[in-house]
Amino acid sequence: MKAKGRVFRYQNNVDTDVIIPARYLNTSDPKELAAHCMEDIDPDFVKNVKPGDIIVADRNFGCGSSREHAPIAIKASGISCVIASTFARIFYRNAINIGLPILECEQAVKGIEAGDEVEVDFDTGVIKNLTKGTTFKARPFPEFMKKIMAADGLVNYIRAKAEE
Amino acid sequence: MGMTMTQKILAAHAGLSSVEPGQLIEADLDLVLGNDITSPVAIREFEKMGINEVYDKAKVALVPDHFTPNKDIKAAEQCRFVREFAHKMEVENYFEVGEMGIEHCLLPERGLVVPGDLVIGADSHTCTYGALGAFSTGVGSTDMAAGMATGKCWFKVPSAIKFVLKGKPEGWVSGKDIILHIIGMIGVDGALYKSMEFVGDGLQHISMDGRFTMANMAIEAGAKNGIFMVDQKTIEYVEAHSKKPWAVFKPDDDAVYDEVYEIDLSKIRPTVAFPHLPDNTRTIDEVGDVEIDQVVIGSCTNGRIEDLRVAAKILAGRKVKKGVRVIVFPGTQKIYLDALNEGLIAQMVEAGAVVSTPTCGPCLGGHMGILAKGERAVATTNRNFVGRMGHTESEVYLASPAVAAASAVTGRITDPDTLLKAE
Repeated sequence: MKAKGRVFRYQNNVDTDVIIPARYLNTSDPKELAAHCMEDIDPDFVKNVKPGDIIVADRNFGCGSSREHAPIAIKASGISCVIASTFARIFYRNAINIGLPILECEQAVKGIEAGDEVEVDFDTGVIKNLTKGTTFKARPFPEFMKKIMAADGLVNYIRAKAEE
Repeated sequence: MGMTMTQKILAAHAGLSSVEPGQLIEADLDLVLGNDITSPVAIREFEKMGINEVYDKAKVALVPDHFTPNKDIKAAEQCRFVREFAHKMEVENYFEVGEMGIEHCLLPERGLVVPGDLVIGADSHTCTYGALGAFSTGVGSTDMAAGMATGKCWFKVPSAIKFVLKGKPEGWVSGKDIILHIIGMIGVDGALYKSMEFVGDGLQHISMDGRFTMANMAIEAGAKNGIFMVDQKTIEYVEAHSKKPWAVFKPDDDAVYDEVYEIDLSKIRPTVAFPHLPDNTRTIDEVGDVEIDQVVIGSCTNGRIEDLRVAAKILAGRKVKKGVRVIVFPGTQKIYLDALNEGLIAQMVEAGAVVSTPTCGPCLGGHMGILAKGERAVATTNRNFVGRMGHTESEVYLASPAVAAASAVTGRITDPDTLLKAE
């Protein structure tokens, strides 16, 4: 599985309140949530994001609330992958569980700027910055997480197991 | 290798004699919690799994508390969806408006969590129950759905940071000041993926309400959970509130910790977190002159009876500064009634505060006290992120009920001691 796209670059501690503000949580419709994704930190994000684009951020991405609406909004906005130095733990679980690929790789984060074209191979963990011609290696997903991702999330994974 | 409190609880629930940090385990759940924001997503995922009943009707708790009483039509539809699911599944712990409260105030009060339990909740402040010596942590809606269906959840066993609390807090210093001090010290990702374990002689000077406040904010340091050593105070609380069996897990003498901090509680000053992160802390002596428009007293962090007693003690016989809006949110119906019977509500209303029904309300910018552009609030809540309580150019300062109440009287962030001495 691979992703390729242009980079939106953010700093430390991007919290779930700016990813999807609580005032929009009276719905859980992915399209409605995506329409307000990143609104309070980057009002132009929704206008500029294209399918396949990638978010790159520094430490503690997704800190704050447990709202699964945050990775849902990011995924529904067309983002194919989030790369960060570290993720807040609930966001990390949620992203895996809904099938939004995320990778922790500090070196890659340091070597990627806004607007760079980046390609990610989830099977190997290899991250290529096509704009700068540099390559980084993140730790690939452990086996059970790969299965969850391959099933497009935990729910399908559980359903498949129940049918076995 | 010795185990921490958290590791012991996880091992016991995974049927293992021991676990070590980094190990992936599947553990049995004693309770699965959701609210009106996170449950609708979870219920849809649950339905996709093709399972017709929850794993245990007594071990699921659904608490519509965020946008309730329903703030608009969409919120009303979400609540109805949760209500219908609760009835269909015969969920025993569904709490309608009238019997509900803010989830993390309500569950311990109802005796639904006891020492040694393993609890997940689709709300980040589920870590609150660590005050009782339970392992509890926030998860997303899909984990909640899987938990409701199977009664199990996977975990990566966390390492831990130990906080050895010593001495006695002075004056108005409360659990809120202690946890803000700690978050300021280690940062908003200082405990990322880890447990925060609170032990030491100083614990005897921290009430259960204070411990709930501290465990509640473990997530603001990025922690997986915060947990307190069980002592006499815990046991008295549990015996007064619950009939469930419980178990005490003490850390092994040779338990391994990533870091150990000794904290002298007598040295901690009332502490305020400035915008826009909970680790941006200053002592009350370093605050300077910060004028405010609104004061919020309540939430899952500080909406308990002791918090209201402190606020009422300061507001009694005084007047809220003209032009400042003070909104008080008791955490549950019982806390509301206790405050009424103790005369606290009358004291606060006479001072010029409004008192709301229990709800998460403005804490997350939901309703009941949203800030306009440029406005500032002192809040006893847990987060001060950009736009958290309203406009992206509004500001939230996190503080204790004592500091919040004193600030309500003066219209600027104020040390309660300064207020009392000035009079």
